[in-house]
Parts: sequence; structure tokens; C-alpha cells
Amino acid sequence: METKFRESINKALHNPNLTGALGRFSEAYRISRQKAYEGYDFEALRTQIAERKSYAASHLDELAERFTKNAEARGTKVFRTNDPAKVREYILNLARVNGVKSVVKSKSMASEEIHLNKHLEAAGIEVGETDLGEWIVQLAGQTPSHMVMPAIHMSKEEVTTVFNEQVEQGQKPDIPKLVKFARGKLRAKFLKAEMGITGANIAVAETGTLVIVTNEGNARLVTTLPKIHVAIVGIEKLMEKFDDVVPVLTALPKSATAQLMTSYVSMISGPVPNTDGTPKQLHIILMDNRRTEMSQDPKFKQAMQCIRCASCLNVCPVFRLVGGHVFGKIYTGGIGTILTAWFDALKSSDDIQSLCIQCGNCTEVCPGKIDIPGLILELRRRLAVEQGQPLAQKAIFSVVNNRRLFHSMLRAGSLMQKPLQKDGFIRHLPFFLSEMTEFRSLPAIAEAPFRDTFKKIQQPAAKNKEKIAFYAGCLIDFAYPEMGESLVKILNKAGIEVVFPEGQTCCGAPARYSGAYEVAAQNANDNIKALLADDVTYVVSACPTCTVALKQEFISTFESLGQTGSLPRARELAAKVIDFSSLVKKLVDEGRLKFKEGQQLGKITYHDSCHLKRTLHASQPPRDLLTQAGYEVAEMYEADMCCGMGGSYSLKLPEISAPILERKLTNIKNSGAPLAVMDCPGCVMQIRGGLDKQNSTIKVEHTAQRLVDELE
Amino acid sequence: MDAVFDTFKLRAEAVSAEVHHFPRKNEALEFILHYLHDAGVSDAPQAYAVWASCPFLDGVDQKQLSTTLPGLLFDVNREVSAAAKVGISQLDWAIANTGTLVQDAARVDQRLVSTLPLIHIALIRSDRIVPDLPSALAKIRPEQTNYISFITGPSRTADIERVLTIGVHGPEKLIIVFYDVLLDEPGSVN
Repeated sequence: METKFRESINKALHNPNLTGALGRFSEAYRISRQKAYEGYDFEALRTQIAERKSYAASHLDELAERFTKNAEARGTKVFRTNDPAKVREYILNLARVNGVKSVVKSKSMASEEIHLNKHLEAAGIEVGETDLGEWIVQLAGQTPSHMVMPAIHMSKEEVTTVFNEQVEQGQKPDIPKLVKFARGKLRAKFLKAEMGITGANIAVAETGTLVIVTNEGNARLVTTLPKIHVAIVGIEKLMEKFDDVVPVLTALPKSATAQLMTSYVSMISGPVPNTDGTPKQLHIILMDNRRTEMSQDPKFKQAMQCIRCASCLNVCPVFRLVGGHVFGKIYTGGIGTILTAWFDALKSSDDIQSLCIQCGNCTEVCPGKIDIPGLILELRRRLAVEQGQPLAQKAIFSVVNNRRLFHSMLRAGSLMQKPLQKDGFIRHLPFFLSEMTEFRSLPAIAEAPFRDTFKKIQQPAAKNKEKIAFYAGCLIDFAYPEMGESLVKILNKAGIEVVFPEGQTCCGAPARYSGAYEVAAQNANDNIKALLADDVTYVVSACPTCTVALKQEFISTFESLGQTGSLPRARELAAKVIDFSSLVKKLVDEGRLKFKEGQQLGKITYHDSCHLKRTLHASQPPRDLLTQAGYEVAEMYEADMCCGMGGSYSLKLPEISAPILERKLTNIKNSGAPLAVMDCPGCVMQIRGGLDKQNSTIKVEHTAQRLVDELE
Repeated sequence: MDAVFDTFKLRAEAVSAEVHHFPRKNEALEFILHYLHDAGVSDAPQAYAVWASCPFLDGVDQKQLSTTLPGLLFDVNREVSAAAKVGISQLDWAIANTGTLVQDAARVDQRLVSTLPLIHIALIRSDRIVPDLPSALAKIRPEQTNYISFITGPSRTADIERVLTIGVHGPEKLIIVFYDVLLDEPGSVN
């Protein structure tokens, strides 16, 4: 990671205006977005958008031709190019031929993508951004920090200073007055400009229509007052039919700003008369800039389904801390990382892809149904292939994969720190875990790994000869064997024999999330062999990340590497894999497990682990079990927001992991419950460690530990 | 009035538009003249009212109106629109569940009077309300007109500290005036 990048992260984290504004916005957004979608079937709507955008992405040439033909038939000039330099050249030439001295723009990400302003200004042409946020950012000599709210990082005092220094002295930090001042200053620019430049939100091939959405009304003025209108349209905006406007225009305002409809929508299908009666010159530039290439990539084609609403930014636990500037390029946030890798260069995404904690919040709200975390992992994989795996990382994985060696190294490290150990926590760890202790305590490494203690648990003679295999994963095996013991005891209570296949190893998630897919595939093969050796009805895991690896990622890792021969066995395993709470809920429902009767156990709060909630969709079973046991579940605020652990994320970016954890701890405390439970040992490590550092008395446990004694 | 009007009114008011309904055209006209008078419209720059030609004006004595209310102009151009306080135009459709107005705005005066002045009075026939976006898009014909405008409330921004502020580039007030049309009345064909 570059030092410059780290510095920009720290700068953002220490900017209270930025983190304050973004934090408040993300909290408000969640509620207002939901309200805007009231009465709509969001899943059906986004399925429609995804299908129609995907169709367009597979027919780009055909749609571009149809669009061009239909628009030109109405008198529009259409220019199509892959090359950003040709776009700039076209516009500069047009300006020269028509003697243009002044240009007004309404917001266009495509123009930012090609740094158009800089080139126009170098040619002596005055360029005025007219979107208020864009204008402020332009005056301040900065870049937008958010796709929809470009100046969200600035306070009204800062805006006032910018106006005073760059435009006219005497402004006061009063928002309505600042807006009025901007209206007056920009009105003059609108009336003077000879050329207007816009982007577009949709380009309809069937009718040659551009759909442009704004709230301020600036696009209406930009397309009305100057005699030349140039629209720069990325070809991902192409859609086949006029009817395709319906789902996009239904979702865009709701997802972008939680409005039912933006104040203005303009649908332009050809040149209209100017104010002096002459016909307007309408030029539409269909810009490719690697979009066709992206649409032909089997993985990244889905990124063409983006409607640029920025909702992935608004729900991101990392974005709300660091904002857009750390991304260093025009497109920011989750989708921005992907677009930067394509429109700029793969290597430009090297640092910024590491910001993604893989919590999956964005996949729940994306109206284009894009698997943004999945695509970021794919970037990581391609970067690792391109640059090779770092030596240190290779060494770590070779240790992680040797279970006994890994355990003894961790154990040795934890023993050396023994004097500092307190209540099962150690203050410092050597090895690569050492960086983690700044903001939370770490678990002591168990004296014996779970694989050894398991042998001491006497298994019942199974009724119906039912056997279930337990997959422990690193944390339960080495740090929290007691979680594994609770799980085994619970299954034994149901009369089930538990087996622990010795050959099991790391689930491969750390390797996969680092882009080391070959290592992950080796892990997958070893685990499949071990876990399918016995005839078991289920393979159960008490770690959601491991569960997802076993159930889904082995398959996708093999697919990514083209190792199709391994797929049938991977699918056979996947069909048997189940998470702890879902399995226990099933056993309770079947009457094979019973809770002790009439217990009143008081308040408890539940934290949703990312993979359990958003990949396995199992947020209800643990809550039901706790309630059935006799607990009163006191929901914490943002229960399903990431705790900041993210596996090795908390090692790589502790400065981001810490404040995410901080919020989680506050929400847990505010729930008023003395107990916090969760289904993921990683979350337990993060949250328990955080509360320990704060000397809190709140007890943090895995659901299995909390339930084991409440079952008969 | 019916449920779809009530929905429209609710949605439009939720985005800071004013909604009025008059059963007769002349009542609507009277309301507008009062409004212009109260808004201080006069024959001076920054105080004009510009009214884009529209079916509503069929059978209306424009000359007489201009005499009664100096500053009310029917000859719309860029200069007077930029110097007008109020713009008046007729819209074609209303979408109930979003509080949106839709207009064939290929004629430039349609856009000048609804973008440049501080106040926009939007006239619309009360039989032109459709329930939702799909039904509105089924009515409009992009093949036949080069510019279609959707207007939902006044111009707005939240670009400074996310504080909602009305009236940045376009009107800061949107007054929507519905009127009923009897089929034999002038202005009933649109």
C-alpha cells in the first residue's frame, strides 16, 4: 500500500466535517430510501433493470447504431468513439469552429472521466460547472467527494470562504443566502454561454432519446439557452426501448436521493429551436472508453448495469468514514473502484480495492443488482495474478495451511506474552497479528486446539445412525475451542454423533480475499476430500465466513480458475453445508431439541454477521432461538452493520477497522443489554476485544455458547 | 374531485408545490390575475409576468388582460423571461403518485417561462391526471416531439451541508392550477 494512500485515509479520518456529514447522511439515507420505496417491489424492479441493462450490454453495437440512425434522422449529429482524446478533440474543434468562448455544464461524470474542463480551459475557453456542488468544488480547485453530492465534505463556513475568495467578498455562512448568491452568479453564465455540455442518464436506441435528470434545473437551462448542446454519453447508458425508461426512472431518484422523482427530467430526441428561432446544434458523443471491452468480460459485464445512483457509497461502512477523495479518481466508492480499474487502469485500483471490507451492504441496495464485493475480489485476484503474490503473504499462507505448525506458532507467540494475559485476553501478539492490538485485545491461543479436545468428548451412540461433520475453521480450532465444544454438546443433546474430519484445513477465505486463488483452490480441495470422506447428513460450521466458503466460494474459486473437474465434488459438499443457527433451529422445529421450560433470561442483543445476514440470509434463526430460550432480544441500532473485522482487513487497515468497531460498541452499549451474541467467531474476537479495551462488563459470546445450557 | 387528484395533491405538496383546483376556466383565470397582482407584477424589469401561448388562452382577450395588468406579457422571448418574476404555461399531463407534471416542451417559450422566473404557474386540465409513470410514458410520444419536460416541485438543492434549499436555478415556487373543461368550451382541444 502506498504511503500517500495511507496518508489520504488518515487525513479523511481526521476531518470531522467529512466524517460527520457522511455519517449523518448514511444514517438518514437508510431510512429515507426505505420510505421512498414504500409500495414498490424493489426486488422485482431491480431484476427488471438488471435484465434490461444486461440485454443492452450484450447488444451495444446494435443499440449504438440504432440510436445513431434514429437521432440523426431528426437532425442530431452523433459521434461515436472509444478514445477519450477524440472526444476532447471533437468538442474543442466544435468550439473553435463556432467561436465559443464560454461553456456551461450540467453534471457529467463522463466529462470528468476524460478531464474535459482542463482541456477546454487550456484552449482559453471559460468553463462553468452549474450544479451547485460541482461549482463549489470547481471554485475550490478540488474534485467531487461523492457522485451525487460533490461538496458533501465542505461546511457552509468553508463554502462561504470559497465564495469570498474566488467570487465576491461579503458572503455570510447562511445557506439560503449562499444558494441565492450562486443563482445570481451562475445565471449570468447561463445567459452568456455559447455552448452547453451535459451528460445523460439514459439513451434510448428505439427513439434516439436522451433522458437527463436533475434537481436544480441546471440541465434545463444548459439545454435551452446556449445555441450548441453537446451531450457526452457513456455507452452503458444505452437502452433498447423507450419503455426501458420506466424502471430506471422509477429507481434512480429513490436510490440516489430518496426522492420519488427528481425535480426535473428532460427527454431530448432532437434539436429544438433556439431562443432566436434558429435550430439548435445538437451533438451527442457516444463514448466507449473500454466499456465495450468491459461488457465482453464475463465477470465485469454486470458492472454495465450500474445506473450511477451512488447508493453503494451511501450504505458503505467504509465510505462513510473516508469519503470520496481517498479514491483519488473521478469515480468513488464500491462501484467507483470497479469503474476506475476499467476506465483508468487496473493498477489504479490496487490501493483502493483494499478499502472494501466485503460486508455486502451494497449488494442489498444496488438497483442494478451488481455484485460489487464479488467484482472487487475479482479485481484483487487479477491484480495478484498481474503482480504476483508478495513473498511475506506466501509465507503466511504456507503456515496457515499447516494446521499443527500454525497452532504451535500462534501458541508460542501467545505464551511469550503470558504475563500480560488477563481473563482469556492477551495484550500483544507477535507475528502478523501484532498490529491488531491497538484498539482491541486479542484472544489467548488455546493450549490445545479444538481438534485435540474434540477427541475427549464422548460421542453418543447415534440414534438413526445420524452423523454430522463439524467444520471448525481457524478461530474455533485455535482460539475459541469452547465454541466448538458448545456446538458438539448441542448436537449430542439431539442424539446426533458429531465427527471431526482431521484433514480439514483453512477455508481459504483469507487467501481468496487476498486474491491468492490458487491457494484458496488448494484449501478447497483438501477440505472437500476431508469433509466428504464420512457419510454425513450435514457439514455444520459455526463461522459464517467458513460456511460461505464451503457452500459457495469453493465453487466460484474453481470456476474462476477454470478447474471444472473439481466442481461436482464441490457441489456435493455445498449441498450438505449448513450454518450453526439454521441447523439448530431446524432441530428445535423438528422437536429433536427442546429448550428448558418457562425461563426468563432477560435482555440480550444480537449482532448480525455480514456473511450470515447477507450471503446466507439467516438473520432470523438465531433471534428465534434466543427468544425461544427465554431471552428478550433488544435490537441494537444498525444491528446488521459490519463490526469492522473483515478477516485480515483489520490487519491491513486498522485505522478504518477501529472507528467502524467504535460505532458498533456504542450501539451495543445503547441497547441496554448485558449480553451481546453473534454467530461468528471473528465478530466475537473483534467486539469482545473492543469491549475489553474499554473495560466494559458486557459479555460477548457465540450463539452456541449462549444456548448450550438452555437446552434440555 | 377524485382519489387520483387527492394523491397528486398530496405528492406535489410534499415536494413544496402549491396545488389549486377550479371547476371553471374563468375562476382559474381570476385566481391567476389576483396572484400576479399580489406578487407585485408590473411593467418593470424583474417584475414582468410572461405567459406562453397555450390552449387555455384560446378565447381569452390577451390585449385586455395586458391593459388591466401592465407587465403581463404574452410575447415571450429570452430577454423578458430573464427579467420576469412569474412565468405561466400549460402542462399536458400530471402523474399522481409522484406529483409530477409533464409537458411537450419543444417550443422554447415553454421552457423559458418555466425555468427563468422565480415563480412558475403551471396550468393543467383536471382530466389530464394519470396514476403513475408507466401510464404517463404510454401517453407521450418522443418520436413526435424533441423535448419533453417532467417537473416535480420547484427547483431544489441539498448541496451545502445536505440542507434542502428551494429555488437554485429554476423557480423557487411552483403553483399548479387545475381547471375542469367542458367539451364545448374553447381550450378543450389540446
